[in-house]
Amino acid sequence: MRHIISLLMENEAGALSRVSGLFSARGYNIESLTVAPTEDATLSRMTIVTRGSDDVIEQITKQLNKLIDIVKVQDLTDGSHIERELMLVKVRASGEMREEMKRMSDIFRGHILDVSDKTYTIELTGPGTKLDAFLAAIDPAAILETVRTGASGIGRGDRVMKI
Amino acid sequence: MADMELTGAEIVVRCLRDEGIKHVFGYPGGAVLNIYDEIYKQKDFEHILVRHEQAAVHAADAYARCTGQVGVAIVTSGPGATNAVTGIATAYMDSIPMVVITGQVPTAAIGQDAFQEVDTVGITRPCVKHNFLVKDVRELATTIKKAFYIAATGRPGPVVVDVPKDVTQHKCEYAYPKSVTMRSYNPTSKGHAGQIKKAAQMLLEAKRPMIYTGGGVVLGNAAPQVAELVRLLGYPITSTLMGLGGYPSPDPLFLGMLGMHGTIEANMAMQHCDVLLAVGARFDDRVVGNPKHFAKEAHRIIHIDVDPSSISKRVRVDVPIVGEVGQVLDEIIKHIKTGKEKPDQQAIKAWWAQIELWRSQDCLKYDRSSSVIKPQYVVEKLYEVTQGDAYVTSDVGQHQMWAAQYYKFAKPRRWINSGGLGTMGFGLPAAMGVQKAHPDAVVACITGEGSIQMNIQELSTCKEWNLPLKIILLNNGYLGMVRQWQEFFYEERYAESYMTSLPDFVKLAEAYGHVGMTIEKPEDVEPALREAFGKYKDRLVFLNFLTDPRENVFPMIPAGKGLSEMILV
Ligand SMILES: Cc1ncc(C[n+]2csc(CCOP(=O)(O)OP(=O)(O)O)c2C)c(N)n1
Repeated sequence: MRHIISLLMENEAGALSRVSGLFSARGYNIESLTVAPTEDATLSRMTIVTRGSDDVIEQITKQLNKLIDIVKVQDLTDGSHIERELMLVKVRASGEMREEMKRMSDIFRGHILDVSDKTYTIELTGPGTKLDAFLAAIDPAAILETVRTGASGIGRGDRVMKI
Repeated sequence: MADMELTGAEIVVRCLRDEGIKHVFGYPGGAVLNIYDEIYKQKDFEHILVRHEQAAVHAADAYARCTGQVGVAIVTSGPGATNAVTGIATAYMDSIPMVVITGQVPTAAIGQDAFQEVDTVGITRPCVKHNFLVKDVRELATTIKKAFYIAATGRPGPVVVDVPKDVTQHKCEYAYPKSVTMRSYNPTSKGHAGQIKKAAQMLLEAKRPMIYTGGGVVLGNAAPQVAELVRLLGYPITSTLMGLGGYPSPDPLFLGMLGMHGTIEANMAMQHCDVLLAVGARFDDRVVGNPKHFAKEAHRIIHIDVDPSSISKRVRVDVPIVGEVGQVLDEIIKHIKTGKEKPDQQAIKAWWAQIELWRSQDCLKYDRSSSVIKPQYVVEKLYEVTQGDAYVTSDVGQHQMWAAQYYKFAKPRRWINSGGLGTMGFGLPAAMGVQKAHPDAVVACITGEGSIQMNIQELSTCKEWNLPLKIILLNNGYLGMVRQWQEFFYEERYAESYMTSLPDFVKLAEAYGHVGMTIEKPEDVEPALREAFGKYKDRLVFLNFLTDPRENVFPMIPAGKGLSEMILV
């Protein structure tokens, strides 16, 4: 099953490689990984999207907890949560496709950030599935370039991850 | 005094002093010259100069294994650090508390492919409990304190502190913290009271109980609690390779080691028990074989371990208890003692009758009338001559298994071997570490002619320090364990498992300034041992026993197979 795991960790050099090293050494898969400092500059927050059986996910959380730099681990999938991903996509937008692209971007609540004679660069945020849906909805030949951040996640309601 | 500034090198040495360190194993080089200069000037600890960095780390590791204190090694940057890696990984796999200080090129040179630069933190990351690169001298003392704290607490393990050369020159005020706290690391945990109660209850309800202990009992100093529980209940107990000595092996309640080369009675009892109590053991592949076939009849498994990630990693358990094993066992014992319930004596009696039947197969028998020396015989005689009281280190191979099977360890921390990584070359430097920790103790290294050659240069260190080790070489002329697998599983194609041109070990020992003996006949085994431990008590004696080249380790459960496929003599 797909799981989305949140980590709070010491903002130390090498902390990221400890996490990624753990995943590769133990053969866990990483679908995406995002990381940035939090409002407390000594802490970083990471979101990892992974897949595995319950046993594997249990091991992943235990092994993450065991890393000395990691302050907190939470499997967001255990409760209700929100996840968002940002995608920038550059599409062909010439001739009659130009209007069509604008329309598609609007439907998906995208923003056109940059324009050239032949292209649009569109910003889209949402759950990964929405971004997938956008890419599926437009003509594949029109896609020139995509870049995605991977998911960031947070618990819903009163569910707070803090130290 | 407080405002006196010290250099980083002085700080390293002061930290070791203030940590109460008495012995440091190491090897100098450019990046640690400043540290060595301070070592030269001090008298608080002894530095033991080895002949290869791998040996320094193994010696520090064994020092920790036999004392329970954190072992310390110092090596230089680049090749010093890479040579240390096998030793670090060995300690990591067996959860040994150790601090390794590695020199590093000056901070400004890091990343420039400088002379003798390697990314030590990167290389060691997967085989340390934690590591640090200290870039600021003001963080040096706290980092070293953290290193000792992390190494020794929770599930222990090696910690590397990488110190760039310029940091050893920079100055700052020194104060060694009395303690450190880390918000991201809170290792001490007490077992969950409800789970403990459940475990006690389950143990009392068992009809076919079994207790399975591992290295965690030794590391957690929980041998007294294990003994108390086992005797209180009268239940059978087995132990892993790493747990030997955690319960007295000569005791009739002890069924011997389990696993790939374990006894029939231990493995059968594991398979057919209805309640299994696992203490400080991790159900690893050499013990469990194929997890699908493991302990199928065990309706209930209780698992006590200090490391949550050891629990339900390979085998699902019913009552997981995370906590210091000694503390948890104390609680379980308290429950059993204060409760009214008693074990079902009739069921337990029947269970023991079954176990005795398995035991009567005498699976460790071997040909005692052989005219060539049987390796098992040497270990048995060693046990007799040393009255079971020696510290025994070993290398990796058949000799290691024979040592584990035939030397009946009665106390914890006496059996020192590389169980997890299986590092050939461990035995001799490990024996040095043990002898430094216990100068008056009897220390024997049981080894093979393959393994001993992997760190043979340490005979020189032994001379320098007059370490009166006894090297028990079971010389079968083969990389025996490899040969055994080739005989069983590769139709006797002995690919590269035979070494011609072995050195004359007697002359070799003598060349290093020690006593050497070659023993060729069974009747000479005991006299040779008596001479070595008697007349040559104060010398290193290298005993080259020419043993049966075709002897195999039995019983054997082939890798990944179930018990039914056990190979017997
Ligand atoms: C460093 C290292 N290299 C290779 C091995 C693989 N290996 C395991 S046992 C063994 C043979 C050991 O031979 P020897 O030391 O003569 O002991 P014996 O089995 O004959 O008792 C080998 C090569 C190992 N464990 N460690």
